[in-house]
Amino acid sequence: MIKTTAQRIYVALIFIFLYAPIATLMVLSFNASKSRAKWGGFTFKWYASLFENEAILKALGNTLLIAFLSAIFATLIGTAACIAMQHMKRKGRALLIGIANIPMLNAEIVTGISLMLLFIFLGIKFGFMTILLAHITFNIPYVILSVMPRVKQLSPSTYEAALDLGASHLQAFFKVVFPDILPGIVSGFIMAFTMSLDDFIITYFTKGAGIDTLSTKIYTEVRKGIKPEMYALSTLIFVTVLILLLLVNYAPRKKQDTHSAKK
Amino acid sequence: MNKKLLSAPYLLWAAAFIIIPLLMVLYYGFTDKTGAFTLENIAAIATAEHGKALWLSLLLSLTSTLICLLLAYPLAMILAKSNKGKSFLVLLFVLPMWMNFLLRTLAWLTLLEKTGVINNILKLIGLPALNIINTPAAIILGMVYNFLPFMILPLYNALTKIDSNVINGARDLGADGFQTFLKIIFPLSIPGVISGITMVFVPALTTFVISTILGGNKILLIGNVIEMEFTTTGNWNLGSGLSIVLMIFIVLNMVLSAIFDKEGEGTAL
Amino acid sequence: MKNVLVNLEHISKSYDGQLVLDDLNLYIRENEFLTLLGPSGCGKTTTLRILGGFETPDTGRVVFEGRDITNLPPNKRQLNTVFQKYALFPHMNIAENIAFGLKIKGKSKSYIDDKIKYALKLVNLDGYEKRMPDSLSGGQQQRIAIARAIVNEPKLLLLDEPLGALDLKLRQDMQYELIRLKNELGITFIYVTHDQEEALTMSDTIVVMNQGYIQQIGSPERIYNEPENAFVADFIGDSNIIGATMIEDRLVNILGYRFACVDEGFGRNKPVDVVIRPEDVELTKDPAEGTIQGVVSHLIFKGVHYEMEVQACGFEWLVHSTGMFPVGTPVGIKVDPFNIQIMHKPASEDEEAVGVNE
Repeated sequence: MIKTTAQRIYVALIFIFLYAPIATLMVLSFNASKSRAKWGGFTFKWYASLFENEAILKALGNTLLIAFLSAIFATLIGTAACIAMQHMKRKGRALLIGIANIPMLNAEIVTGISLMLLFIFLGIKFGFMTILLAHITFNIPYVILSVMPRVKQLSPSTYEAALDLGASHLQAFFKVVFPDILPGIVSGFIMAFTMSLDDFIITYFTKGAGIDTLSTKIYTEVRKGIKPEMYALSTLIFVTVLILLLLVNYAPRKKQDTHSAKK
Repeated sequence: MNKKLLSAPYLLWAAAFIIIPLLMVLYYGFTDKTGAFTLENIAAIATAEHGKALWLSLLLSLTSTLICLLLAYPLAMILAKSNKGKSFLVLLFVLPMWMNFLLRTLAWLTLLEKTGVINNILKLIGLPALNIINTPAAIILGMVYNFLPFMILPLYNALTKIDSNVINGARDLGADGFQTFLKIIFPLSIPGVISGITMVFVPALTTFVISTILGGNKILLIGNVIEMEFTTTGNWNLGSGLSIVLMIFIVLNMVLSAIFDKEGEGTAL
Repeated sequence: MKNVLVNLEHISKSYDGQLVLDDLNLYIRENEFLTLLGPSGCGKTTTLRILGGFETPDTGRVVFEGRDITNLPPNKRQLNTVFQKYALFPHMNIAENIAFGLKIKGKSKSYIDDKIKYALKLVNLDGYEKRMPDSLSGGQQQRIAIARAIVNEPKLLLLDEPLGALDLKLRQDMQYELIRLKNELGITFIYVTHDQEEALTMSDTIVVMNQGYIQQIGSPERIYNEPENAFVADFIGDSNIIGATMIEDRLVNILGYRFACVDEGFGRNKPVDVVIRPEDVELTKDPAEGTIQGVVSHLIFKGVHYEMEVQACGFEWLVHSTGMFPVGTPVGIKVDPFNIQIMHKPASEDEEAVGVNE
């Protein structure tokens, strides 16, 4: 019992360590004083002024749009690659996985500057497009990482069984293979979306002067002093995601219960 | 219908946005402003200013990696034994990412400042104040904070993969708890340790954001040097050369881990 | 004689330059239970996959009811497969699994519902419609895989080692079940296995294969009692296979001693292989009564009989007998002439290909 108590305390301490800054930011979003260091009383005013701050809202829009588009493209390209790899010889597969791992194992700063050099060389105007291309690039490995195990688990005979029972290749894919790997595709998409949302370094090197995502906007504000609206926005995003995740995690469990009750 | 064709978009993408850009870094790194071949950009790492930055980066990133390992291993063991599912764990560590990482790092300033939250608490219970802001210690803290999840997840995965019968077998053959850990659990978890180390060491070695925010612009890491070459100074050749040096360390780390991993598997058999 | 349903003509197939099937010829009659039997890598599964449409032969034709279907895709063939590891769709319940083929064909809902009920009854799993595949035992999953195949009313059912993953008792039950199903449905079965006992129990016809060649085709009795070569004799059941010389018709020299036999037409003084099943070796208490003499070197009790090994004339004879002789006992060995099976010695590996259907 003492052992488990000690273990609980340990887990709790790590938990506090990971979430203390988040709690701090949430508290700051209600701080009437503009300074981080002083508590000036409770207020909602930053939440109100957030929706009038066009620069922040624009950055938010860019961030979400880039995260969404890059996750979609990465999911399509990555999933297709996984299915193709299943039909490859060992060597070809190893090579593809190796290439896929480069952006994950390499330093973000190197990925960032290498893409920056490429875009300059190609003469592509820095802006939304360059950020999007960069994000798709570093998102693909995360999709492959979460789809590949699912594809590997596929029994080749379920696909053949579908053909055997009269399905065409497309029918067999969408009725049998796709539902089976869907959880991997969904978690790959969410992973990619999150990575894109949280990225700063690669965006920093591939963005143009006229465009900002939340990350780059915050980075420029670090020196000048962060606008408290930013805390309000982060709190809103965090709480929204928290509620969503709790709902998602709670909902299927409920479904499973009724399912097993039926048995 | 050839299913291998489905890999074509990815192969084209990888060639255009992974391979070619890296070749461009190599090109810039080995040429000077006129485009002539030179090793100067690589050799520049030996100058006092750059050498110091690299040394400090290595020192801080290795220290953070070690701290992450020591903190994460017990946690991963506890979590692996508990019946809480992996989805809960992933949730626990992915969730903070939805709050911007720059803001999270910045929040440590509020917590660590001379009159910050932590010092106020310390004062309240009569302990001496903690003055680590703008010091290497604060940067280490920032690194550990940001990269700890990358250590916990692979460790957890490796530990849950160990068949409980193997552990029971060791106990059955007379090993006590500590011996079981030393001879069975740890060797079998080495692949997780290795990938955890890689996942923490590389971003810690190459960061420039954490040092900018928590080091108060006074402490230059190799990441800061490279960043400045590309943004303010504008010497891409030098920046690329230093990046190549950085990549050498990354590759070295990968090679080392490949060797260790193999040996680990060998002894595990 | 019933009509021929499927004809495999001069089928060859190789992977990466490795020949898996070499000029295979085989026909299957309607309502036949035909088993492809052989060790792994003998080409039996490849033959089945060519029938199912999952592989295309390099040369040769597959003729189904007089129609060439060699290049017809699997979804257009009037046959269904029961896969080795069942291959149930994990995200669909049992009813959805069984309905899959019928829905693709666009059958009406009431027709499908009737079919599901009928099929589940047939495999003794009524009421399982809403269960998920992973909640079923291996044997139950196997029955569902069969049900899923037969609701499509195939003319031919291909079964790829369907009982391989089940334990012994369940396997034996399922063997009877399969025979019952075949008789009830009147469907032709082609069954692939490496288990000789399974093949002997269920089949009308057994095709013994090795290294891409058909070794022998025949009824279970024929394959067991009159193996055409040493491979078949060795693969089906236990046997004593001894190199011998045919002295003349009905007389063979085994290990230097003359034995009477019933085979003719092998010529004079020709080298042959002799197969004697262990249960056909008679041991005599008085060594002098036997054709040759030996000493018992091993003794194991097997339940139905004793298994003994007898050292005689430099050969270790395997003997199954209800009588028992302790290790070290000198005994005589006698063999009834009817129980000595004479086989041609293969002159080359190619000659092992005996591709004539009876």
